Amino acid sequence: MKYVDEFRDPEKAQFLLKEIRRLVPEIRQGRKRPISIMEVCGGHTHAIFRYGVETMLPDGIELVHGPGCPVCVLPMGRVDDCVALANMPGMLFTTFGDAMRVPGSKGSLLQAKANGADVRMVYSPLDALKIARENPSRQVVFFALGFETTMPSTALTVLRAEREKVKNFSLFCNHITIIPTIKAILDSPDLQLDGFLGPGHVSMVIGNTSYQFIADHYKRPLVVAGFEPLDILHALWMVLKQLAEGRSEIENQYNRVVPDGGNSVALDAIGRVFELREFFEWRGLGSIDHSGVRVREEYASFDAERRFSVPALKIADPKSCQCGEVLKGVIKPWDCKVFGRDCTPETPLGALMVSSEGACAAYYQYGDIEKIHDTRSERQLEEIV
Amino acid sequence: MISTHGVTSNGATNGTRTRGRVRGNTVTLAHGGGGKAMHDLIDDVFLEAFDQSLAPLEDQARFQLADLALHGDRLAFTTDSYVVKPLDFPGGNIGKLAICGTINDLAVGGAIPLYLSCAVIVEEGLPIDTLRQVAHTMAVTARDAGVKVVTGDTKVVERGACDKLFINTSGVGVIRTGINLGIDHAQVGDVILVNGLLGDHGAAILNARGDMALTTPIESDCAALHTLIDTLLAAVPETRFLRDATRGGLATVLNEIAEASQVGIEIVEECTPIRAEVKGFCEILGLDPLYLANEGKLVCVVPGAHAKTALAALKSHPLGTGAAIIGDVTEHRAGRVVMKTVFGGRRIVDMLVGEQLPRIC
Repeated sequence: MKYVDEFRDPEKAQFLLKEIRRLVPEIRQGRKRPISIMEVCGGHTHAIFRYGVETMLPDGIELVHGPGCPVCVLPMGRVDDCVALANMPGMLFTTFGDAMRVPGSKGSLLQAKANGADVRMVYSPLDALKIARENPSRQVVFFALGFETTMPSTALTVLRAEREKVKNFSLFCNHITIIPTIKAILDSPDLQLDGFLGPGHVSMVIGNTSYQFIADHYKRPLVVAGFEPLDILHALWMVLKQLAEGRSEIENQYNRVVPDGGNSVALDAIGRVFELREFFEWRGLGSIDHSGVRVREEYASFDAERRFSVPALKIADPKSCQCGEVLKGVIKPWDCKVFGRDCTPETPLGALMVSSEGACAAYYQYGDIEKIHDTRSERQLEEIV
Repeated sequence: MISTHGVTSNGATNGTRTRGRVRGNTVTLAHGGGGKAMHDLIDDVFLEAFDQSLAPLEDQARFQLADLALHGDRLAFTTDSYVVKPLDFPGGNIGKLAICGTINDLAVGGAIPLYLSCAVIVEEGLPIDTLRQVAHTMAVTARDAGVKVVTGDTKVVERGACDKLFINTSGVGVIRTGINLGIDHAQVGDVILVNGLLGDHGAAILNARGDMALTTPIESDCAALHTLIDTLLAAVPETRFLRDATRGGLATVLNEIAEASQVGIEIVEECTPIRAEVKGFCEILGLDPLYLANEGKLVCVVPGAHAKTALAALKSHPLGTGAAIIGDVTEHRAGRVVMKTVFGGRRIVDMLVGEQLPRIC
């Protein structure tokens, strides 16, 4: 496939791997801990597993799969609100496909659909708006979620709905922002990260300058990366090179797509429609200040939270789940007490087991099971000793 | 149950009646009522399409055991229900699917497919012409494949009780003497082959639903595979196992083999044939083509020593021109399927938990 296969060239990969293998021991001189690099974005996590990137890396470097899967970080209470909305009489609830399986405390949207709610899968908020136009006698709610990647399309859909005077369309807004989340991770006392792969699609919208504090204040390198396996290896090499040279800078590997200043049209649409919430609840991470957005007062008629009464109950994460520690890179997915036992893709307890972008589901589905078992038995041995 | 048409032992007619003609443009509950309207529908749509004699309708088809025994030494019997949305899609329709699917389910067991049943559940309001078209396709597909549709049933249900049209076909075939295929027969050193491009049907159906508004036409690969299988089994009677990679795609079949035979399977992404359009389609939606359904693709396990013969046999048939050896059976990681990626890494190819859902971003 043109413009795709070029980014999956195994020969170029070998060249980068050789460089990575050279840099890792150089950086690790005099330290026990492996080099730990977080890919913030779920799209990266998916690609890393899909192409077996992790299996190609030398010992001494670890990838930590961060919080950038919007489906995974959605708290149970919000899913319950979705189900409550979908169950309202006459309601037509629209959602992205992979959000349908996320478990709330009263089941998922998929189960709500099976029980009779009219839940429809869409590929874009514009599809939801079209459904609203075609069903003028019914209320159509779009389950808006995602980082700055999907925020512009939701914002532009609201602006279009206003222009076209569509009265029966609204959003259940669960959009979240990436910067406060990275900051929360950097502020956590058990932080063990040496650097970051920055989210390519988010950066396409917000640009690179917003990450500067990570380099300046936290002294960690961040390289904005594309989503092809070569992009990821290339960006990893760039992070390692910074570490080896003692630099911490914000660099852009994905410059074929990401402009430094972001996309002003998209940012403008986001700014017109959304404003920051004081705080937003994350699954596994708890409440993070200014990490979510809501619909501005001017567009209140497109805000499902204002139009309908949603329960808005806070549901605590299951106690046995260690999603938060996995998200922060403190433990590996298989170190979680319930991984692969009570928590599997069939019966996910924690959010990270839900979407294919979630670290736990990715390990469960694509991961090296034998390695997991080995590590586990080592750990159990350590516990015994 | 009312059988639409039975055949007598020698296929000859033993009486005639006047063919009924259906009235109106749409199917109504009256057509399922068991009365004249139903008989007219059966006569006019199904018997007409299947070119059946107007013999008095019996409740069952009847066969001479001796005739069956000419083909082999074991009977194969299978059933499958077809519910597809939309009914028509590029490369076929639900009728073609219902005939090919059941033929394939028989053929992958090493059986020569002979007789099929056809039961339809129709939602009231379906245009008669749609039903006529589907019946016509079924008849043509069956005739081309050399199998006979010998019994059937029609039910009409209220609007909303089914989605337009559901079809069930069952099939009877006879397994050739000496052929013994089994999902637990795969052995270390065997190779895995497929007969062509994977994922076309799944992508065609998703695309035909129209949500994506993609202009690239992807056609379903829907086809009856029994003659291809004849060719393969004639060339390599030592073949261990065959299966058509329908729902769940290649990945699911390979997992089933690895599990049942307690062997590892390693496939090579570079050798796995997938059309550029299907790859592109999957890139956009965040789907994995290994899990997309096929309706005319065969997964073959043959001993390594016969790999080249098997490949040549598949390639000699019009349905196997794109055949490829995609991987082999290993002792490493019994029960697991691993793929060597184009990128040089390795990943586990697991069973899907539910349906593949498009990723958000």
